[in-house]
Amino acid sequence: MPCSIPGFVVPERRPSPRGGAPGPGTGGFGGPGAPADAIRRDEADPSSLAFEGDAGLLQVDAVAAGPEGGRRRLGQGLNVTAWVAIAWMAFIVLIAVLAKTGLVTWGDPQNSIASCASKGPFAQGGSAPGHLLGCDSIGRDMIARLALGAWESLLVSVGAITVGFVIGGGLGIIAGYFGGFVDTVLSGMFNVLLSVPAIVLALALVAFLQGSPENAANSTLPDWFVLILAIGIVSIPLVGRISRASALSWSQREFVLAARAQGAKSGRIMIRELLPNVAPAMFSIALLGIAIAIVAEGTLAILGVGVRPPTPSWGNIIALDRGLLLTSPHIVFEPSILIFLTALALNYLGDVVRTRFEVRESGI
Amino acid sequence: MRTELLRFIARRLVQLVIVLFVVSIFTFLLIRLLPGDPVQTIIPFAKGPQFAKERAQLRRDLGLNKSLLGQYWSYVIGLLQGHLGHQYSSGLPVSTLVDQSLPVSLQLMIYAQVISLVFAIPLGILAAYRAGTKTDSAINTSSFALLALPNFVLALFLSFLIGAKLHWLPTAGYAPGWLDQFFDGSQHMQLGQHLTDMILPSVTLAVGQIAVYMRLLRSDMIATLQENFITLAKAKGITNRRILWRHALRPSSLTMLTVAGLNVGTLIGGAIVVEVIYDLPGMGEKIFQAVESRSYVELQSYVVVIAVLFVVVNFLVDFLYAVLDPRIRRARTPA
Amino acid sequence: MTDVAAAQPSGPLLEVADLSTHFETSRGLVRAVDGVSLTLDRGKTLGIVGESGSGKTVLSRSIMNLLPKRGVVRSGSVRLEGNEILPLSAKEMRRYWGAQMAMIFQDPMTSLNPVMKIGKQITEAVRQHLDVTRQYANELAESLLASVRIPEPHARLKEYPHQLSGGMRQRICIAIALACGPKLLFADEPTTALDVTVQAQVLDLIAHQQAERFMAMVLVTHDLGVVAGRADEIAVMYAGRIVEHAPTGVLFANMKMPYTEALLASIPKLDEHSHTRLATIPGRPPDLVIPPPGCKFAPRCRYVQERCVQEEPPLTAGAAPGHEFRCWFPVGTPEGNEALARNEREGRVPQAAALAGHA
Repeated sequence: MPCSIPGFVVPERRPSPRGGAPGPGTGGFGGPGAPADAIRRDEADPSSLAFEGDAGLLQVDAVAAGPEGGRRRLGQGLNVTAWVAIAWMAFIVLIAVLAKTGLVTWGDPQNSIASCASKGPFAQGGSAPGHLLGCDSIGRDMIARLALGAWESLLVSVGAITVGFVIGGGLGIIAGYFGGFVDTVLSGMFNVLLSVPAIVLALALVAFLQGSPENAANSTLPDWFVLILAIGIVSIPLVGRISRASALSWSQREFVLAARAQGAKSGRIMIRELLPNVAPAMFSIALLGIAIAIVAEGTLAILGVGVRPPTPSWGNIIALDRGLLLTSPHIVFEPSILIFLTALALNYLGDVVRTRFEVRESGI
Repeated sequence: MRTELLRFIARRLVQLVIVLFVVSIFTFLLIRLLPGDPVQTIIPFAKGPQFAKERAQLRRDLGLNKSLLGQYWSYVIGLLQGHLGHQYSSGLPVSTLVDQSLPVSLQLMIYAQVISLVFAIPLGILAAYRAGTKTDSAINTSSFALLALPNFVLALFLSFLIGAKLHWLPTAGYAPGWLDQFFDGSQHMQLGQHLTDMILPSVTLAVGQIAVYMRLLRSDMIATLQENFITLAKAKGITNRRILWRHALRPSSLTMLTVAGLNVGTLIGGAIVVEVIYDLPGMGEKIFQAVESRSYVELQSYVVVIAVLFVVVNFLVDFLYAVLDPRIRRARTPA
Repeated sequence: MTDVAAAQPSGPLLEVADLSTHFETSRGLVRAVDGVSLTLDRGKTLGIVGESGSGKTVLSRSIMNLLPKRGVVRSGSVRLEGNEILPLSAKEMRRYWGAQMAMIFQDPMTSLNPVMKIGKQITEAVRQHLDVTRQYANELAESLLASVRIPEPHARLKEYPHQLSGGMRQRICIAIALACGPKLLFADEPTTALDVTVQAQVLDLIAHQQAERFMAMVLVTHDLGVVAGRADEIAVMYAGRIVEHAPTGVLFANMKMPYTEALLASIPKLDEHSHTRLATIPGRPPDLVIPPPGCKFAPRCRYVQERCVQEEPPLTAGAAPGHEFRCWFPVGTPEGNEALARNEREGRVPQAAALAGHA
C-alpha cells in the first residue's frame, strides 16, 4: 500500500539561505527564497533531490523553482472558499447596516409578542408566523435582534481592532525602529499588559468602567465605547509585539538606512518607509483580530458584562436566555452559529491574505 | 554556564517583581474606575441611613480617608498578608472563596492541557506522516474549523447535545477531586464523580488547544522527517512507526511544548467561560457571580489572584525551559 | 577471504537495467535519472562520478528504494541476487534495508539522531533484523565500534553524536551500516563533509571492511581523485545518464567522453606551479524538465559539432572490454581530434563558455 515514507518528504521548511532575488541567468539555482512559515508550504516536493546543495543538505525546490518558480503560488485569483467567505462578510455587514439605520426592518426588536415567546423555528404547533427564526424568551423577533446585534458586534470588534492597531501598531513601529531605551520601555509596557490574561483584563476594565449594570441609561460612557476601549487596550500589546518585530526586521533593510543617510527625520521614515511595508502583513492579523474581538464580545457578554439590554448584541442574546438552552435552544444557537461562521470566514480570509503577502515578499 | 543561568534567573526575577508591582497598582486603581461613589456602588443595597455603619466600615476598609499613596500602601500590605477583602453580601472573606474555587479551576486547566496533548500528538504525527494527502487535508481543515470555534459555542453545544438530549454525561455540578483538599481541608475527594463531572468541561476547553498544538507538531515534524538521520533510520530497516515515535517525535516537539507551557493565559480565559456554562464552582463562576452582584471588592481580588498566578506560572515555565534548553538563556529581545 | 568468495553463488550481485527515476513537480517531469544500466559483482567497487545535479545521489537512493512513493515515478529493473526489488513496498524492502543493502550518507552530523545515544542507534539496527538479546546487541555494537577503530568503544556507546568529531561520527555511521552484514554498501559522498586529513582514513577503513566482508560497494562522489585508487570500475554520470563507464585503469588511460576529460583536467595537480588557473567547466547542468535535444553536455563541450546538438549519442562500446561511452566525437579518436581542431580554428567556444564571458 503506497504511503508516505518518512525520509524524503521534502517541503520547504526554513528560509532558504539563498533566499532573495535570482538573477536571470541562474536557471535552476537559487530560486526565490522559501517563505519562512513551514505551515504554509508543506507539500512534498521530491524534485529538490535533483539538485544537491552544500554539505549534502538538500536545498529546496531548486528545479521546480526555475525562472518561473515565483509564479507558482501567486495563482490565478481567489478560490471558491475565499469568495464564499467574502460574500458572507458582505452579507453580515449589509444586514447590520440596514438594521441599524432602520432602512429595512424584519420585525420589531423591542416589541414583545406574547404569542411568539420562546418559540423557535422548529417548534411544535408551527413557529409563530412571520418569525422565521423564532423569538426570544419575551417574544422579541430573533431576526430583528440578530440583525441589530450584528451591528453592535461588528462595531465593537472593528472599533477595538482599530484602536489596537493604531495605538499598538504605532507603538510597535516606534519600538522596533528606535530600539534601545524606547524599545525597552515600550516592550516592558506590553509585557505588563500581557501579564494579565486577556479576558480577565477586558472583563475587569468593562466591569469597572460600567459600574452598575442596571443603570444603562445613566452611564456616562455608551456600552459600545467601553467595550471598544477594553478590548482595544487588551489588543494593544498583542498587535504591538507583532508590529515591533516587523518594524525591527524592516528597519534593517538598506532603504531605511538610505533614507536616514539622506537626512530624513525619524517620524517621516517611520510613516513613509516602514508603515507601508509593515502594514500589509498586519492586514491579515487585523482580520484575525476582528474575529477574536467578536468572540471576545460574546465571551464577555456571557460573563455578564458588555452591551446591556435592551440593546441586542450577538453575545448578550446568548447570555440573556442561556437558561432556556434546553427548552428553546434556538435563542442560543442562532447567534452562536452566526458568531462561528463569521469567525470562520474572517480566519479563512486572514489566512488567504497572509499567504498572498508572504509570497509577494519572498518574490522581491 | 552556571553564571549564565544565574544571570538569567536574576533578570527574570527582577522582571517578575516589577510586573507584580504594576499589576498591584492596576488592580488597586480598578475600584477607582467605578463611576460615582465607590461605596455606593460596592454596597448598593446598603443605601438607606440604617447602613451608615456598614458604609463607614467600608470606607475605612478601602482607606478612602487616606491619601492615594497611603491607600495603595495599605492595599499592598494587605495583599501580601493574604487579605483579599470581603464579600459584603455574605460577609465571607474573599480568601475563603478563593480557597474553595481555585482548585476547581486548576484541575480543569490541568485536565484540559493533558487531554489536548494526548490528542494533539498522535494527530500531529499522523498529519505529518501523511502530509499532502487527503488525510492531512482533512485533519488540517477540521483543525482550522476548531480553531475558529469559540469555546463558549462548543460548550453550549455539547451541553445541549450530551447533557440535554443524550444524557451521557452531567453538564452541571461538581464533586471535589484530588486538589481541593489542599486548599480547603473540608473537601473530601470523590474521584469518580469528580472525573465524570469534569469530562465535558475539560474536553471543551481542550478542543481549541488540540488544533494549535497539532499544527505546531505537524510542521516541526514535517521538517524533521526530511532530515538525513530519518532516511538513515529507514535504511537501517527500522519500521515507520518506530521512526515516527522514537526518532522523529522528540526533536520535533519543542515548539509545541513551549507553546503548551506558555498557553496558561489562554487556558485561564477559556476556563472562566467554560466554568460558567457548565456550572463548575471555580474561579470563573465566582467572577461571574461577583460581576452579577456587583461585588467589586471581590472581583478586584479575583483579578489579583489570577494575575499573580499567571505571572508566576509564566515565570516558572520560562525558567524551566531555560534550564532545559541553554540556547534560551542568552539575551533575548524583550517581549 | 577466499573462502567467503568461494562460498557465494554465481552471478552478479546487483543488476540495474534501464532504471529511470522521474519526479512529478509543478513545472513538469524532472528526469533525474534517465535509463541507467549497470551491474556489480560481489566484493567489487563501482565508483559513480558526477557534478552536483548529475543524478548520482538520486540513483543510489533509487536503487535502494529510499525515495518517497508520491510524486516519484520509477521504471526499469533493479535486481539484487536475481530478486527484483524495484516494485517492492516499504514493508517488503525492510528485509533488505540494513540486512542486505546499506547506505552511508554524506554528512555524518545530520545522519545521526542528535537526541539518541550512539549505542542505541547501532543496537536498534541489529535488533531490527536479528533476533538477539539486548546484551548480545550491545556487545556486538561495541565490537563494531572497535572494528571501525573508535577508541574506548564501551564508553562511546553511551554518548551522543555531538560529543564526537566528524570523522568519528562517520565511522559510527559506517558501523551502523555494517552492523547486520549487508552484501551491498552505498557510500554517498562519504568524505565530502570531512577534513582532508580524515578523508583518507575513512576511505581506507571502508575499503578494509569491504575486503573483510567481501562486500560490494557503490562509491558515489564528485571527486575523481577519490575513486581513482579505490574503485574497480567507474561510471561517469551527467544529467541523469551514464556517459562513460569503464574499468578504472581503462578510464584514466583511455577516456573517450570529453566530459570525463574535463573532469580530470579540473583536478588541481601537484606538479603544476601555484597560481596556475584552475581549469573549470563553464556553464551549468541542463534543465532536467525540458532537456535539450541531442547530447546533454553539448553546451559545455569543447568538441561540440552540429551533430551533437541535434542527436543524442547512444552508449557505444569502446576498445577495451567493459568500456562504454556516449560521444559522437570522442577524445583521442580521429573524429574527435578533428572536431577539436575545427573548433579552435574557427574560434568556436562552447555556448556556455560564451555566456560566462570566457574567451
